[in-house]
Amino acid sequence: MSSKPPAVRLADLRKSFGAVEVLKGISLAAHDGEVVSILGSSGSGKSTLLRCINLLEVPSSGEVAIEGEVIRLRQTRHGTRPADRRQVDRLRTQIGMVFQSFNLWSHMTVLENVIEAPVHVQRRPRAECVAEAEAILEKVGMADRRDYYPAHLSGGQQQRAAIARALAQRPRVMLFDEPTSALDPELVGEVLRVMRALAEEGRTMLVVTHEMGFARDVSSKVVFLHKGVIEEQGTPGEVFGQARSQRFKQFLAG
Amino acid sequence: MLTEFFATFGFGPGGWGPSMLTAAAMTLAVALAGFGFGALVGILGAWAKVAGGAALRTAADAYTTMLRGIPDLLVIYLFYFGSSSVMTPIARLFGASGFISLPGFLAGALAIGVVSGAYHTEVFRGAYLAVARGEIEAALASGMRRMLMFRRIVAPLALRYAVPGLGNVWQLVLKESALVSVTGLVEIMRQAQIGAGSTRQPFTFFFAAAVLYFVISSVSGWALGRVELRSRRGLRIA
Amino acid sequence: MDLPFLYTTLLTLLPGVPLTLKLAFSSVAAGAVLALLLALCRLSGVWPLAAFARAYVFVFRSTPLLVQIFLIYYGLGQFRAVRLSALWPILREPYWCAVIALTLNTAAFATEIIRGGLRSVPPGQIEAARACGMGTALRFRRIVLPLAVRQALPGYGNEVILMVKATALASTITLLEVTGLAAKLISETYRAIEVFIVAGAIYLLINFVITRIIQLLEYAISPHLRPPPFPVIAEKGGTA
Repeated sequence: MSSKPPAVRLADLRKSFGAVEVLKGISLAAHDGEVVSILGSSGSGKSTLLRCINLLEVPSSGEVAIEGEVIRLRQTRHGTRPADRRQVDRLRTQIGMVFQSFNLWSHMTVLENVIEAPVHVQRRPRAECVAEAEAILEKVGMADRRDYYPAHLSGGQQQRAAIARALAQRPRVMLFDEPTSALDPELVGEVLRVMRALAEEGRTMLVVTHEMGFARDVSSKVVFLHKGVIEEQGTPGEVFGQARSQRFKQFLAG
Repeated sequence: MLTEFFATFGFGPGGWGPSMLTAAAMTLAVALAGFGFGALVGILGAWAKVAGGAALRTAADAYTTMLRGIPDLLVIYLFYFGSSSVMTPIARLFGASGFISLPGFLAGALAIGVVSGAYHTEVFRGAYLAVARGEIEAALASGMRRMLMFRRIVAPLALRYAVPGLGNVWQLVLKESALVSVTGLVEIMRQAQIGAGSTRQPFTFFFAAAVLYFVISSVSGWALGRVELRSRRGLRIA
Repeated sequence: MDLPFLYTTLLTLLPGVPLTLKLAFSSVAAGAVLALLLALCRLSGVWPLAAFARAYVFVFRSTPLLVQIFLIYYGLGQFRAVRLSALWPILREPYWCAVIALTLNTAAFATEIIRGGLRSVPPGQIEAARACGMGTALRFRRIVLPLAVRQALPGYGNEVILMVKATALASTITLLEVTGLAAKLISETYRAIEVFIVAGAIYLLINFVITRIIQLLEYAISPHLRPPPFPVIAEKGGTA
């Protein structure tokens, strides 16, 4: 292992919604180039875990560090809040997120969606952003739909466009929150293919998924979450082959 | 300033309290009359739009479009001043002389009725259409004749759906009643104008008028809210 | 049907149209700005601001516009402080009083329309904007407001029509827009029915044109709701 700080490091992360504690002390590290699959049944806290990384949820306690930079938090009357909004916004430009329900901006075309953040958030010159966007769209197979609106696209097309949008910001880390769960079965494949290609490129990815095939074949690390606690962690070989946890065996079977 | 306010509106001699309250009663009266008349027009209009032939439907559509696009004040002028051009010649036939026109109350109520009728039409039409087909079919299947079905099933349900819309129309009618003051009818606005002219205190009187409307509107709103809640018992309204 | 009379009536009333339109559009424009501010107050989460906005909307929606106009035009003159202030030259003009009253009134209704529009923005799209690192202001400008406007436009179009009708009340404070001229003509000729027909027709025409413009606007800003440019063919998923 190099002495470079991990792309994402979580230390003793806890998150409560009111009286319910959803994350009970999660510690996890994802290094450059690692593809981490996060598995678990519903209610296990896996989406919450992912959303704590880019502060869409604010952890009640614990530490989140992106490439060694710790996200500063402070305690207020209403709970934990980010101490520095600007830091959060800046780090978010380095973290690309792909949502279960795509969340493309409906009043913009595919191309406009993809260049929106690079132009308006990262303030890069528009011509450069457009050129790069077209290359990325080519990569995910959406180049000829660049002038379409999300309403005119199938689920799989929308998700690929959403992946392109996340890639356009040149992120160091990509987060995928159940990217294929909202897709019709026959559209799942096209999205998984794109994700696989990204993994092969050496991207750092954290993926919450139900797709066991992806977890087994593409990830470098698999994490099994149960009721807010990491029950199993290791390479796919270790986890799928020699699972120690009863619950995980049940999860695989069920 | 507060003591002045109460002195002006007190119930003692020279106090305007009683006259303002009487005017408020007049506002309610003309509003209720207009609302009632408008409801009748609305039922007719809704019936024309739902069950009428092409000619009736077009007429009803023209009516609602026109009355929703023309200022209420113009309609009041029509009924108040226009009535004299119709009634005076007729009265002359009977030997009367001079100007005969509709009294302010009647002209106002008719005008409000005609204008609110357009909104009533849409409320009743929507309410009728909202009655689920299934309930109508069940009634037909049980052998009910149309008239009975309407009376026992459709009308009660439609009325329940109409309550929120009718509440909105009432609030509109209440505010419209202020315009009837141009006919000279002594409702809240006119009384406030009289008081303002007499005491040279326009702000005081118009503010009092605003308070009266506000109170009537709020109480109506609260009462209608209660009615709405009761009317929704057992109904699955989205 | 006395056609020559109808014609002269038309000629008498048409000069009022510019004033009607000026009153309507200035109050709609100013009212929209005020309504946006009020809607933001409502949604700000700061209690005094939100309570003020709620109270403002409630008060202005439950009192007749006529009272509001009279309060400003006749009522403000009761106070010596107002008569001596720098604003008096404006506040004693019927035109400005009418614009102010109409603006304050439409703002109350428009606030609710805008609030509805803002609430209709899909939360997922707002989240995606946050996830890209967009700050609050940028997010509002690029995502929330455009989507809210598209949702609110039909309702707002209706409000514009209502405002055109509301300008008729300016005639009660001596302004000679269409209704003011009509009232004057009726009192001179006593031919209320014919004047009503012509005045009514003028308002209907104005509202027809405005409705058409709103429809065109709706069409122009919602390409995402129209059918796609070329047929969508099923295809394989990319070379990636």
